Amino acid sequence: MTEVGYYPGCSLEASARDYAESIEGVAGLLGLKLVEVEDWNCCGASAGHSLDHAKSVNLAGRNLALAARGPQPLVVPCALCFNRLKTAQAELAQDRSELVAEVAGLAGDPQQVQVRELNGFLTSAEMIEAMESRRKRSLTGLKLVCYYGCQGQRPPKITGHPQYENPTGMDRLLDRLGATVIDWPAKTDCCGASHSVPRPDLVFTLVGRLYDEASRRGAEAIVTGCQMCQANLDLYQVEIAAAQGRPVDLPVFYLTELAGLALGHPQAGRWLGRHMVDPRPLLARLGLTS
Amino acid sequence: MEPRQQDERPVESAAPEIRPDGELMRRASRECGVSLGACYGCKKCSNGCPLSFAMDLHPYQVVRLAQLGQIGELKRARTIWVCASCQTCLTRCPNQVDLPRFMDWLKQELAMEGGPVPEEKTLLFHRIFLREVASRGRVFEGSLMGRYMLATGGAFGPEAMKNARLGLAMFRRGRLKLMPSRIRDRRWLRALFAKPAHGQREARP
Repeated sequence: MTEVGYYPGCSLEASARDYAESIEGVAGLLGLKLVEVEDWNCCGASAGHSLDHAKSVNLAGRNLALAARGPQPLVVPCALCFNRLKTAQAELAQDRSELVAEVAGLAGDPQQVQVRELNGFLTSAEMIEAMESRRKRSLTGLKLVCYYGCQGQRPPKITGHPQYENPTGMDRLLDRLGATVIDWPAKTDCCGASHSVPRPDLVFTLVGRLYDEASRRGAEAIVTGCQMCQANLDLYQVEIAAAQGRPVDLPVFYLTELAGLALGHPQAGRWLGRHMVDPRPLLARLGLTS
Repeated sequence: MEPRQQDERPVESAAPEIRPDGELMRRASRECGVSLGACYGCKKCSNGCPLSFAMDLHPYQVVRLAQLGQIGELKRARTIWVCASCQTCLTRCPNQVDLPRFMDWLKQELAMEGGPVPEEKTLLFHRIFLREVASRGRVFEGSLMGRYMLATGGAFGPEAMKNARLGLAMFRRGRLKLMPSRIRDRRWLRALFAKPAHGQREARP
């Protein structure tokens, strides 16, 4: 077993439990042991950086200090957590004096942590190779678009992403797992993220555009690597379709769910049962139910 | 050639008089490290902004008003609250003007002043979210939504009922957690949140 650090973040304990289960499942099949950061805390999220810059850096910074003592890299499944941890690392590097009083007292050095977004980590050439060699079934017939969202890519000076306007990691992996991956221009468009509670109308407009673009290109499902994107695309689909007066039936998978399905994980069906838009009829039609 | 018939007043006369003041640019540079003066007005930020449809000021207008020192107008704008921090503007800006960071700085100023803002619910949601973080170190979605619903029209308002239906559907699918988790190092958390909001970088020697 290879050990890697793991920062799940708050939503993977609750609304994104399906994501957490599929990550753990796939990691197990790949011989990876996810070592959770001891006593991790919330990264501060949108509220933190919007209302209190120093606390957001300190909250994320504490996680980095704690993670520095664990195995590397530190794998982060939530794109926003990833972005906040990377931002804090950059801020702490240039400005240790005033922002970091709270973090400085902790044992580890935030700069020693290699923060990796789960998507990027799972779609390196070696990982794609490893998954293809363990493939138990081909995802033949599954017509997908890959949706990467914002925070894993932008801004590149923080994320270090080499393909921030046109990421291709999920496309490449799913292609090798047998799916029909359709190229589309909305890969890194915004889903509205934290507006879903105070301004759902904004999310409806943005997500409605994604449905349009995906359907126009013949996709039958959308794949995401972020639980906020998944929630915004999955939870309100019926409502958005009704508000816009047209039917939409686009299951929204996590990358790890499809990887688990292709790798023959026995629990894959269970993860998929947690979605609002049930993907199982589509999979059954294609003979892909586990 | 015959001159065109048109209103001879210059277009600018309709606009309110603006007295340029460089102090805001200097403050932004000092307190949040954003160089607003680097903008040369290419408007790439605004062409790429996915939320411009809901904004009262386009992103480039925020920068321009900031260059002119019009902080009052900026603080009244919906735009700073409608921004989803997607980072497209910063990513594509040829001069790397960190507009999302500057708008966060404005939001923090407004939150500290405590006055009304045009997007009250967004500010309220952020505040409740931070209270959640302060109380346990982690966010418990059930309590976050409960507190927010109570604060915005009560537990039986239409919005609350819609969210309750969604909550029930999620519960059936095992996507709701019933008990919150909290961090063990409460001392660290208390020390952090005992401080006032102090994110604005102070002037340094």
